[in-house]
Amino acid sequence: MKLPRITVRRPGRGRLAAVVAALAVLAGAGTWGVAASASGPPAVHREDRFLTMPESPGSKATVRLDTSFFTAGSTGRRPAVLLAHGFGGSKDELRGQAEELARDGYAVLTWSARGFGASTGRIGLNAPDAEVADVSRLIDWLAKRPEVRLDKPGDPRVGIAGASYGGALALLAAGYDKRVDAIAPQITYWNLADALFPGDVFKKLWSGIFFTTGSTAASAPAGGSASNSGRKGAVGTGCGRFQPELCAMYQRVAVAGRPDAQARQLLEQRSPSAVAGRIRVPALIVQGQSDSLFPLDQADQAAGAISRNHAPVAVDWVAGGHDTGYGEQDRIGRRARAWFDRYLKDDRSADTGPVFRVSRTGGLDTTAGKPQLRGASDRSYPGLRNDPRPIALTGREQRFANPAGAGPPAVSTLPGLGGASQLSGLGLGVSLDFPGQYAHFDSARLKEGVHVTGAPVARVKVASDSGEAVLFAKVYDVGPDGRQRLPGQLVAPVRVTDARDGRVVELRLPAVDHTFEAGHRMRLVLAATDLGYASPVQPATYTVSLAGGGLSVPTAPGVRTGSSALPWWTWGMPLGAVAVAAALLLTGRRRSAAPAAPDPRPAEVPLQITGLTKRYAKSADRYAVQDLSFRVERGQVLGLLGPNGAGKTTTLRMLMGLIRPDGGEIRVFGHAIRPGAPVLSRVGAFVEGSGFLPHLSGRANLDLYWRATGRPAEDAHLDEALEIAGLGSALDRAVRTYSQGMRQRLAIAQAMLGLPDLLILDEPTNGLDPPQIREMREVMIRYAAAGRTVIVSSHLLAEVEQSCTHLVVMDRGRLVTAGPVAEITGAGDTLLVGVEGEVSEVLAEKVAALPGVGSAVPAETGLLVRLDGASTAQLLAELVRLEVPVSSVGPHRRLEDAFLTLIGGSA
Amino acid sequence: MSTALESAPGYRARRTLPLRVEAARQLRRRRTLVVGAVLAVLPFVLIAAFAIGGHDGSRDGRVSLIDTATASGVNFAATALFVSAGFVLVVPVALFCGDTVAAEAGWSSLRYLLAAPVPRTRLLLSKLVVALAFSAAAVALLPLVALAAGTVAYGWGPLHIPTGGTLPAGTAAARLAAITGYVLVSQLATAALAFWLSTVTDAPLGAVGGAMGLTIVGNVLDAITALGHWRDFLPAHWQYAWADVLQPQAEWGGMIKGTAVSASYAVVLFALGFRHFRGKDVVS
Repeated sequence: MKLPRITVRRPGRGRLAAVVAALAVLAGAGTWGVAASASGPPAVHREDRFLTMPESPGSKATVRLDTSFFTAGSTGRRPAVLLAHGFGGSKDELRGQAEELARDGYAVLTWSARGFGASTGRIGLNAPDAEVADVSRLIDWLAKRPEVRLDKPGDPRVGIAGASYGGALALLAAGYDKRVDAIAPQITYWNLADALFPGDVFKKLWSGIFFTTGSTAASAPAGGSASNSGRKGAVGTGCGRFQPELCAMYQRVAVAGRPDAQARQLLEQRSPSAVAGRIRVPALIVQGQSDSLFPLDQADQAAGAISRNHAPVAVDWVAGGHDTGYGEQDRIGRRARAWFDRYLKDDRSADTGPVFRVSRTGGLDTTAGKPQLRGASDRSYPGLRNDPRPIALTGREQRFANPAGAGPPAVSTLPGLGGASQLSGLGLGVSLDFPGQYAHFDSARLKEGVHVTGAPVARVKVASDSGEAVLFAKVYDVGPDGRQRLPGQLVAPVRVTDARDGRVVELRLPAVDHTFEAGHRMRLVLAATDLGYASPVQPATYTVSLAGGGLSVPTAPGVRTGSSALPWWTWGMPLGAVAVAAALLLTGRRRSAAPAAPDPRPAEVPLQITGLTKRYAKSADRYAVQDLSFRVERGQVLGLLGPNGAGKTTTLRMLMGLIRPDGGEIRVFGHAIRPGAPVLSRVGAFVEGSGFLPHLSGRANLDLYWRATGRPAEDAHLDEALEIAGLGSALDRAVRTYSQGMRQRLAIAQAMLGLPDLLILDEPTNGLDPPQIREMREVMIRYAAAGRTVIVSSHLLAEVEQSCTHLVVMDRGRLVTAGPVAEITGAGDTLLVGVEGEVSEVLAEKVAALPGVGSAVPAETGLLVRLDGASTAQLLAELVRLEVPVSSVGPHRRLEDAFLTLIGGSA
Repeated sequence: MSTALESAPGYRARRTLPLRVEAARQLRRRRTLVVGAVLAVLPFVLIAAFAIGGHDGSRDGRVSLIDTATASGVNFAATALFVSAGFVLVVPVALFCGDTVAAEAGWSSLRYLLAAPVPRTRLLLSKLVVALAFSAAAVALLPLVALAAGTVAYGWGPLHIPTGGTLPAGTAAARLAAITGYVLVSQLATAALAFWLSTVTDAPLGAVGGAMGLTIVGNVLDAITALGHWRDFLPAHWQYAWADVLQPQAEWGGMIKGTAVSASYAVVLFALGFRHFRGKDVVS
């Protein structure tokens, strides 16, 4: 981002810099964001092609796989990553992820697995001689690519990542093909038989979704439909692109409502568990906590097996899973990249993260509208049975019914309808048990919170009048108000056979990561039905009782919750703001006209003004005050005289430190004046009208003003000041009720508080009546007589000449004259000669030429005459001689006229 | 009487305009009293409204705190905060901080304070601290009165969370205290904006109105979802982040972020205010 070029004018530089600095911080994040995208990521190059594979090793028949190959940036050799898609997906869903990896310096190959997308062939559920063999062919192909780094000829440096169906393929490929160097399987199975037939119970809803997805995929693509339709009759309807034996197995189990040994064997052969001893590559195993399809124990078994092969393993339990969707893909994507950076690029600085990490759901972030997640981690993987603690349960033997037809079923999770269980973290999940169809055993209220990480275990005795029982075990978290929630919305099914006389079984409950708060109870529930599973349709009566202690819950105290993931700007922005604020405050100080050490010589001088200059705002050559110099001595009452706009008030404001001079200097008792100069505490001022808080009384105003100066109350001499104000009882009324004159007097009293050594009064008699004016004059004279100094500004000569000892006359910002009153007014008494009719210039000249007359100027109502030696009587005689129609003669003191004479006299 | 003294006897720059004095100067102002009265009466108006309007249940399926307002005293206090945080509580903050310097300029009393002399930085600091203290008192007054009045009207009981569940009354009251603190902090940006404008203009209404106006603009921008993550940098975006702690598992992240954003703006704007006033020619 480029800032527009700005031509900075001299006076505005500081302010502009400040604004630019402020904007820079406010826009900070954006600037970097834009910069990052402007520099541009390298373009990703993609090659799409079909690769032909043998249908099975050695067979003549072939399948065609739809592949995409992604590279970006430089031409050198780089590690490769195979990205495998999930069940029902295709290579297309991986494109974004692939491009990101390619930009990160990998050669990425994605493909649609057999039976999916545009690829032909039949779905073999990751059969070793089909899908897994395909991966080896793809690795062969990668080994021939010039972009791909080789460990040795024919052996590329390659990692595999994938979720669900693709994740299992990653595990399998690592087991079957030694050339695989690292894997990152996510939310996948270790043993598909255990996943679909847990506890020997058929997981009918998920299996149904699984197989239906594979079947309906058949109608879409054109590629394989011809070969499929040929065999359709052989395997019956609804098999779609599944291999016939898989389809037959599913239909058999679904109809029977329970798995058989053959089905188990078929699935186990195709599961990663079949090659458990052969997976020896670094594995990042990601599993979902809300996943009733592939629960955490699948990942636990995978991690255990690979660890036993001495390969590095990291386990990451994410929020969500197949039930709810998978909300942490960005983070997992970054983590998988780091994993490959470490183990494919051999970048030892890459942070592969903790060995074990679990995302814990906090509360709802209402601003973002989603639950907050925070990571907890440990340097070792605790497993599912770490540090077990006993939790005593109570409950007598209970009988309940398995309803005929297994309905209505209890509800724990609704596969695919993720929303319902997504809310479980917030205590809003849907779970339902029908009365009379379950037994429950409660703990006492927990004295302290228990964080369960892993799978609790309980021993119960189960009897069934039908000889067989299928139970769904779950542990509820029961709040103090009796509301119960099911952590993870998970249940553990178990089939108990030979149970006519009762059998003790050990229940292994679903693995969860959940805090049971203090004051909550744990409730073990054994239900006869569950919506997601096939349970016996024959009615039966179950009898269940506790066999030993209660629950044994695993804990993982070593897993610590890190600080919640706040974006960098949460700390960066305030720090930046503080930096900008500091810059704003430290720069742009106006040059402080180096207040030189007090000059001892003029320390006796109450006021010394030297070369004072002030321009009008935003003006280069119009001056409010220009090169003003004068000096006031102790004991003087100085009149500052000038017409309106002469610069008197501006001068006084500079004297009070309210505005800064553009040039020159003001010294009060030897100390230079700048804003807030301490010497101002020796100055009392009344300038340009009063300034009071209208809602407070006069007395409160004076009191608070004095307290604001911070000086001792006894120094205020409040009574003397109040006497001058002479407000009487009005002093206790709010100032807003005062007249102009009352405010004026109060303001003068305020200026006199503390009896300042220098008192400045600006037009003090405005709004006063004549007796008050006279009194004010006396006050000023008395005040100066005590050795203090008074400066009075006025535009009326008559006013100042009666009270002042000295005068400073200003006009248009300049000093006209300064000196003792007598010197200025006595140098020529000015008379206004009232003349009837018009006064001509000629007449004025004639009068001016008279002996003893200094000057004569026509005025509105007559003639202004400054005498220079002549007396009034002489002048009158001369005027009469000149036949001037004189109607009156008197002293004239209006300042404008005095000016005219002063200026006229010097002309 | 020695004339070489640098200052009058007893004068210390650090003792000028003490906070107590500034507070006394501001406290008896009509606007202060009106704000206090409005905030103290508002809970009773709400109680009356709930009594007259009865309980209508939630509208169009959305749940909000208003649905559980009459469940208990803490519920009522939370509801009172919820309905007033967006505007009612912004006004006093903008008023106290926007009016503080500009009103003095308007009354001309500013120049007498400065000539006293109260050093400019000290004057601003005193005024800022008092204005913020008044703002805090105003923001705290509403929930306190609401809690007291609500407890009388609806009883002392646990907080019923609109989405289900309850919080023990003690916990809920502590969370309400934290929320009140956050509401104040989240308005620091508005306060700082008003304060800065107050040093720029002599018209108190200009400063208060300007701050309110820009705050409203922030709210409008936050409503534009197309701005995406940019909204994270609007103080208004985090205005209601405090709702995150009215659930069994309190979330503080949003409030931390909101605090960061608000404080960042505030620090810069306060600095602008000090910088401007420091070098300003006072002509009021």
